[in-house]
Amino acid sequence: MEKNLQPIVGKLEKEFGVTASEYRGDVCLVIPAEKIVAACQQVQGLGFELLSALTAVDYWPEEQPRFHVIYQFTSVAMNMALTLRVPVPGINPSLPTVSHLYRNANWRERELWDMFGIKFQGHPDLRRILMPADWEGHPLRKDYPLGYEEPQFTFNFEEINSRKPYAKE
Amino acid sequence: MPDIQEITVDDLKHLVSERAIQGETVLLNMGPQHPSTHGVLRLLLELDGEMVVNCIPDIGFLHTGIEKNMEAKTYAKAEVMSDRLDYMNTVGNTLAYSLAVEKLVDLDVPVRAQAIRVILAELTRFQSHLVWLGTSALDLAAMSMFLYCFREREYILDVMEMCSGQRMMTTYIRPGGLWRDVPVEFEAAVRNILKTFPRRVDEYEALLTRNPLMLDRTYGIGKLTGEECLNFGVTGPMLRASGVKWDLRKDRPYSGYEQYDFDVPTRTEGDVYARYLVRLEEMRQSLKIVQQALDKLPMGPVRSNNHKYVPPPRSEIGVSMEALIHHFKLWTEGFEAPKGAIYSAVESPRGELGVYIESDGGPKPYRIHWRTPSFDNLQSLPLMSKGVLVADLVAIIGSVDIVLGDVDR
Repeated sequence: MEKNLQPIVGKLEKEFGVTASEYRGDVCLVIPAEKIVAACQQVQGLGFELLSALTAVDYWPEEQPRFHVIYQFTSVAMNMALTLRVPVPGINPSLPTVSHLYRNANWRERELWDMFGIKFQGHPDLRRILMPADWEGHPLRKDYPLGYEEPQFTFNFEEINSRKPYAKE
Repeated sequence: MPDIQEITVDDLKHLVSERAIQGETVLLNMGPQHPSTHGVLRLLLELDGEMVVNCIPDIGFLHTGIEKNMEAKTYAKAEVMSDRLDYMNTVGNTLAYSLAVEKLVDLDVPVRAQAIRVILAELTRFQSHLVWLGTSALDLAAMSMFLYCFREREYILDVMEMCSGQRMMTTYIRPGGLWRDVPVEFEAAVRNILKTFPRRVDEYEALLTRNPLMLDRTYGIGKLTGEECLNFGVTGPMLRASGVKWDLRKDRPYSGYEQYDFDVPTRTEGDVYARYLVRLEEMRQSLKIVQQALDKLPMGPVRSNNHKYVPPPRSEIGVSMEALIHHFKLWTEGFEAPKGAIYSAVESPRGELGVYIESDGGPKPYRIHWRTPSFDNLQSLPLMSKGVLVADLVAIIGSVDIVLGDVDR
C-alpha cells in the first residue's frame, strides 16, 4: 500500500468497521449497502474528487449477495486510487444513489440499471441508457444468454428473414 | 415480440422545463444521423428561438455488447474486441487491455516491447487528434483542414499496416509484449513522419489559431471549470484545458513513460478554444516522445518468455516439445489467471481509459468493464450547452472529441 494512502484507509476502516484488502497494489474496502452514501461523502471529503469507474459484478447463482457494485475513486490532488465494493442481494437489488455527490454517477448508475437491473433510490432520471427503452431483461447478468445472429445464406435467406424482428409498417 | 413503446414528452417531463410542456419552447431532434454529431449521437434539444434551453443526449445506438462478448472468450481471444471500442485509438485500447492482463497475472514485458508500445501509442494519439482536428474544423466550415489532416493520417496508418498488416484494427500489442518485432522499414517510416510532421502542425496553426472566424466561433464557448470537470468525471485534454494538470502518462507512468521528457500542456480558460490549443500542443509533445523513444530503442526480445501466459515463437514449435504443448494449450484453453480483481488505466487521446478485470481463476475474464473516457466527457454536454446557440452547440460537440464506439461500447 502506498504510504500516504495508509492513514486514509485506516480512518475509513475505523469509521465503517471493515478491513481493507489489497491485490496487486489495488486497495479495496467492502462497505455495507446502507452506508455507501456516507462512505462516498467521507471519501470525497478526504480528497478523492474523481469517480473513475462505477460498475458491478454478477455472482449468479449465488443470491446473498448476488451482485457486487464497485466504486473506483481517484484523487487528482494526492495521486491515489481507492476501490469500494458494495454487496447487493439478488432479490429486488437496490442501492441509494450517489449522483448528487459525483455527478457522473448519473449515467453510470443508469448503465447499471440497464445492464444489471440494480435500482438506485433517489436517482433523478433512472431510464435505460444503452439498450432500447422497451428492452426486456438485463444483458450483463450471468443468467442472460449471450445470443447470436444466424448467418444467412442463399438457401435459407427467406426462412431466416421471416423470423427477424424488423419494425412493422 | 412486444409492441414498440413510443417515448412521449410525458416520459421526459423531468428533463425539460415547464415552458416546453406548455408549448412555449420547441423540442427538436438532432441526430442520430447528423454530420456534426460525429457518429450516431442523438440530442433532444429544447429551443427558445435559436437558444438551447436544455440538451438531453440519447446514446446507445452503437451499443454492441463488447463487455458481454469479452466475458465469453479467453483472454487472448477477447483482445480483438478491444480494438473495436474506440476505433480512433485502437493501439491505445490494446495497450490498456494488455497492461490490465499483465497486472492481473503479474507478467513482465521486455524493454524493447515497451518502447515500441510507446511509439505506436503516441502515433495513434497523433492520428486521433488529426481526425478530431479535421472533423471539428469541418463543423466550423473549415473544409480544407479536413483534407490536410486525412492526408497526414495516411502516413501513420501506413506504419500500422507495416507492423501488423492492418491499418486500424491492429491487435499488435498483446499481453506479454507484441505480436512480433517491427519490420526493418519501420524506423525509416517513423523518421520520415518525425521530419515532416512538425512543419505540418505549424501549418495547421497558421490556418486556424489566429483565424478570426475560428476565434469567433470558439472563444469563450462551452466553458467548464476544473472542479466541474472533476465532478463530472471529465478527463483528458478537456480537463487540462480547464487548468487541472492531470495526465496518467506523467502522474501514474506505465510502459516506461517515466524515461521520456515531455510537457503536459494546460490552459485555464476551459472553453472550446483552450481545448483546441491543448490538443494541438499535445500533438507536438507526442512527436517529441516518439523521437526520444526511437533514438534509444533498445534491442532484444519483444515478447515475454514466460510461456505459461505468452505463446512461444513459431520457430520453436518444430524443435521443442514443450513449446508445442504450450502453443496448443494457450490457443485452445487459454491460460488461467489467478483469482482477483484489478483496475488499470492509461491516458487515451480522450482521457482516462480504464479496464476493470475480475477473474474467478478460470481462462476467461469473469467480468471485464471498460471505463471509457468519452462516456463521462459527453455527460457534461448538457451543462456546457445551457444557453448557447445551436451553432455553438456544434462547436462544443466537436471540442468534446467523442467517439461513439467509445461511448456505447
